[in-house]
Amino acid sequence: MLAALAIFPLVFTNPTVTTIAVFTLLFMASATAWNGFAGYSGYIALGHAAFFGTGAYVLAIVAQRLDVPGGSLMFALVPLAGLGAAVVAVPFGLIALRTRRHTFVVITIAVFFIFQLLAFNLSITQGSSGIQVASPNWAASTYNNPYYYVALGIVVFATVISWGLRRSVLGLQLLAIRDDEDRARGLGVPVGRAKLIAFVISAVPVGMCGAVYAYFLGQIFPQFAFNPLFDLSVALMSLFGGIGTLAGPLVGALLLESLQQYFTIQFSNGDLYLVIYGALFLAVLLWLPRGVLPTLGDLIRRLPKSGATGNSANAAVTTLSGNPEDGDPQAGPLAVAGGGVVGSRREY
Amino acid sequence: MGTLVVDAVISGILTGGVYALMAAGLTLIFGVMDIINVAQGIFVVLGAYLSYTLSVHLGVDLFLGLVVTVPAMFVVGVFIQWAFIRRLGERERTAMSILATYAVAIIIEGVLGLVFGVDYVQLNAWYVNRSIHLFNFYLPYIYVFGFVLAVCLLAALYVMLYRTRFGRSVRASLQDRSAARLVGIDVDRVAAVTFGIGVAVTAAGGMVFGATNSFNPNTGYDLISRLLTIVILGGLGSIGGALGAAVLMLVIEDVVAVVWSPIWAPFVFFAMLVVVLSVRPSGLFGQVAGRAQ
Repeated sequence: MLAALAIFPLVFTNPTVTTIAVFTLLFMASATAWNGFAGYSGYIALGHAAFFGTGAYVLAIVAQRLDVPGGSLMFALVPLAGLGAAVVAVPFGLIALRTRRHTFVVITIAVFFIFQLLAFNLSITQGSSGIQVASPNWAASTYNNPYYYVALGIVVFATVISWGLRRSVLGLQLLAIRDDEDRARGLGVPVGRAKLIAFVISAVPVGMCGAVYAYFLGQIFPQFAFNPLFDLSVALMSLFGGIGTLAGPLVGALLLESLQQYFTIQFSNGDLYLVIYGALFLAVLLWLPRGVLPTLGDLIRRLPKSGATGNSANAAVTTLSGNPEDGDPQAGPLAVAGGGVVGSRREY
Repeated sequence: MGTLVVDAVISGILTGGVYALMAAGLTLIFGVMDIINVAQGIFVVLGAYLSYTLSVHLGVDLFLGLVVTVPAMFVVGVFIQWAFIRRLGERERTAMSILATYAVAIIIEGVLGLVFGVDYVQLNAWYVNRSIHLFNFYLPYIYVFGFVLAVCLLAALYVMLYRTRFGRSVRASLQDRSAARLVGIDVDRVAAVTFGIGVAVTAAGGMVFGATNSFNPNTGYDLISRLLTIVILGGLGSIGGALGAAVLMLVIEDVVAVVWSPIWAPFVFFAMLVVVLSVRPSGLFGQVAGRAQ
């Protein structure tokens, strides 16, 4: 899958397609990072857009103050943006994580709106007029590629974190918190520390995504950097793919974000898109509350070992090993979903 | 300055009454069903658009129009509870309900955008433009009328909850769902009707909101973040707490707007929530917020 993603911009050179791909990768990384906290700990946070916006503004403001020219050098600021998001996440987490369940959800929304208001009203963010970020003078035909590979790097980074978290003591502690926080505390899990560390870690890739987003667009405004729909999107993507699994958010973001970008370009009607998006969200919540991948995994496991299953498993294995001959665009999402099933089977 | 502050306090109390009505619906729904209805904000906007349609296209008076819009919103609420909320699983019910009602909210936002577009509109009537001269202040009639309407509806809600048989079954479901079911209360029906009532109040709240503010389909976000702040501060499930918090918060916001700056008034609004919750995670008004799920 990684190999398929790595050669993607070499196969598809159409700038429209690669633009969609960049946004999709950013959401894959963000959803994975979000899932690393919310999916494992069971705390549905709806305030990660605050980290996205913080990352975006860190890059924009630092670039502006230091007069960083447009070019590859700008990407050096991306880790700084991740750090900025982590710094912001500490007080955010300290306050929000005192509460639980619905109160936690609401307080993350409230803190998010505080960030948005700050971005609108502080002088350093230049309010609603936004900040320009210097654009690089790369050739138009391959203009998107550097963004693409940096975004892909963040996806790998976020996935490695999520994978490592799952395998670490911290990950086990988070799962214990998800199942029964009071009992976990009683058994000696340092719940407060575990939640805060995971919260801060999950902010880092999201902040980095925000930075790439700001640089990619060339200018940022408070309402787009701090966008309430972002929170909803990462939650939906994780739920859609399978919350709490490693591959779920990746697949969910891959399918939903590319679909969204396609809709935006195809119909250029934001309202129609909202209706479809909301309906899809509801359908997932009501009929696939565990997500597409775990449900698919169950289905496949329940089937007797017939020829059909063998074939799909083989196909999945082929894709996982990243056969570059799978350049057929039709096979893309299917093959990826297959790869995800294998991934999720390992998770369960 | 002094008179300005008094003026701000008065208008804060008057608008606070209207917010109290909308917040009461939200907290009632939570109390009975453990559901946080994030769509309450867009329901208010939907209610405002219903009044707008009636008054612009049919020339119906705003207050008279409530005879149609309140039952209409009741039906919308019952339908949404029946079609979506009812089907949510028991596991992580509250968190799931936030996501589900959020989805409902963006569907309604999209439909409103398709029908009405993004231009800001405001409801209009003679009492919106004319002011009442009270002591030294000029207050638009709508603030006073809206407050009176909100108080009447809250009183009706109170009577329904504490003086009727149905109200008793609502309160029983509020205290303990399974015990209520054991003594023969049809909890599902109570839940459906409660959701309908909780949404129906937004028709009235939306009308007054739409007459005192200009709105478009995106206004729901601003509203819901305020309403959530109010019900959390008041202690989720506590109607009295929601009333107190609504008036308190709106007064604070209006006073901050006068003595400091209107830009920072919403900031203080949310900062209050953060400060209060870090000291008292159960909210301002005593009662323990949620019960064990």
